[in-house]
Amino acid sequence: MDAELFSTGNRQWLIEISYFITAFLFIMGLKRMSSPVTARSGIVWAGAGMLVATLFTFLFPGMGNYEWILPAIILGTAAAWISGKHVAMTDMPQMIALYNGFGGGAAAAIAAVELYRGEAMSTTMGTLAVVGGLIGSVSFSGSLVAFGKLQGLIKKSFRFGGQNIVNLLAIAATVLVGVFIITGWHHDTFHVSLFFVLALLFGVMMTLPIGGADMPVVISMYNAFTGLAVAFEGFVMQNAAMIIAGTVVGSAGTLLTQLMARAMNRSLGNVLFSGFGDTGGAAAAGGEVKGSMKPIDAADVGVMMAFSQKVIVVPGYGMAVAQAQHKVWELCQLLIERGVMVRFAIHPVAGRMPGHMNVLLAEAGVPYDLIADLDEINAEFETADVALIIGANDVVNPTARNDKSSPIYGMPILNADKAKNVIVIKRGQGTGFSGIENALFYLDNTRMLYGDGQAAAAQLIQAVKAV
Amino acid sequence: MTGIIALYIFMLAAFTGYEVIAKVPVILHTPLMSGSNFVHGIVLVGAMVALGGAHTPLEKIIGSIGVFMAAGNAAGGYVVTERMLEMFKSSGSKRKPGAH
Repeated sequence: MDAELFSTGNRQWLIEISYFITAFLFIMGLKRMSSPVTARSGIVWAGAGMLVATLFTFLFPGMGNYEWILPAIILGTAAAWISGKHVAMTDMPQMIALYNGFGGGAAAAIAAVELYRGEAMSTTMGTLAVVGGLIGSVSFSGSLVAFGKLQGLIKKSFRFGGQNIVNLLAIAATVLVGVFIITGWHHDTFHVSLFFVLALLFGVMMTLPIGGADMPVVISMYNAFTGLAVAFEGFVMQNAAMIIAGTVVGSAGTLLTQLMARAMNRSLGNVLFSGFGDTGGAAAAGGEVKGSMKPIDAADVGVMMAFSQKVIVVPGYGMAVAQAQHKVWELCQLLIERGVMVRFAIHPVAGRMPGHMNVLLAEAGVPYDLIADLDEINAEFETADVALIIGANDVVNPTARNDKSSPIYGMPILNADKAKNVIVIKRGQGTGFSGIENALFYLDNTRMLYGDGQAAAAQLIQAVKAV
Repeated sequence: MTGIIALYIFMLAAFTGYEVIAKVPVILHTPLMSGSNFVHGIVLVGAMVALGGAHTPLEKIIGSIGVFMAAGNAAGGYVVTERMLEMFKSSGSKRKPGAH
């Protein structure tokens, strides 16, 4: 190696240029990821940026401990790569939570190393390190709880009276210890450790009471948290790539969190400080529903759909759980071949998080231009001959439109009840996730096709073929 | 980097993040969240530098955990985002063999 070329000054310059390129690639990558046509190339751009920054960082003047750095990178990359390749599409939300928690934990670890070093820092730098460490720790432990809940490892929502006050005291204690460290009054190993233990504990306590249905919003919020933590530690380390990437993710993540909360008709405060179901409980059943559920045979549905002009499929998470999306798409392809116009109507919370259902349908091979979201499709139900509801419940419940006593009142719903015929594929007569009776099932134009989603779809395929 | 320059970077980057995401369709919310999750995997470079300058065993252990987790964030975020986005295609484009 040429000693001149790799002088300290040159190395510094090379690193800064590489970070500049990385910041550009990240922003371009995110931009491209916001349109379905260019999205695939977007992640590749961002990935190239990450590779450039990582490689040039090895040139950092005064770097040592390679025997620690290299194994950690290799092990971390290998573990995440293998798990990421094998995770099922239905489990994607909790996997994102896990990787995000790792990022928060890494930011907290940077803060810990800086603080344990015990060197006197300026008040500004100390504050940034401590705040970044706090946010990163909360994001880490909170994301792990979110992962546990969605993975089914943590089944209960832990709630008790005065929980918000206890949480408030916990965060106050954490901040207090943080102030001890920043002012240098108690900047020692014990207090730094205490600070991180308290921060991690707070993340757990804050996330435990939140119900599984609200988890996507929480995961998205922790994603923004991690971004901010990374930006703060970037300030401490004078690292422009971290500042820019962290801040971009922090603000983009905040916006994304708001969009998700709005799509679920929940405010962020509501998600964080009150558990779902607390508003109604047993009384949540709402008003009496008149009429009866009318069953129908698969053969009749097959004829009905085969001679329709337009069919709108409304999939819910139940379809994904039954792994029925491949059969449903096969059925739709048969209908399309017969000249029927088929569209998929996706409610923002149809999957585990906004956009999740689109991923699941894409996995089955459904082209994205057949998929419409709520605003696009709602006016079209009136012209549809058949609305096929499979695995969806609350998102098509007309009570949300007109019954003020219903806990889901005001939630935007898909107007499936406006279609000429509504076919509901459902396993039994029970209520949905929220325990609310669905008035749609009792309408005169609704017929119930009982059965497992996958089996019912297979029957429909046979029925359409037989026409 | 002086403090005020850092503040300018912070402000401009915040607006950039907001603007880049503002017009995204709902169908891309999950992949985009995953993509932004990947981007903050850049914490890896900070973790490398922190570990690279660590002295005591405690600093080295925590630094190694940091690098391990940061690498996991970056690699995992990339793989799952790529897997999701790879599946998005319009009816005009040819489907891959094996997908029925």
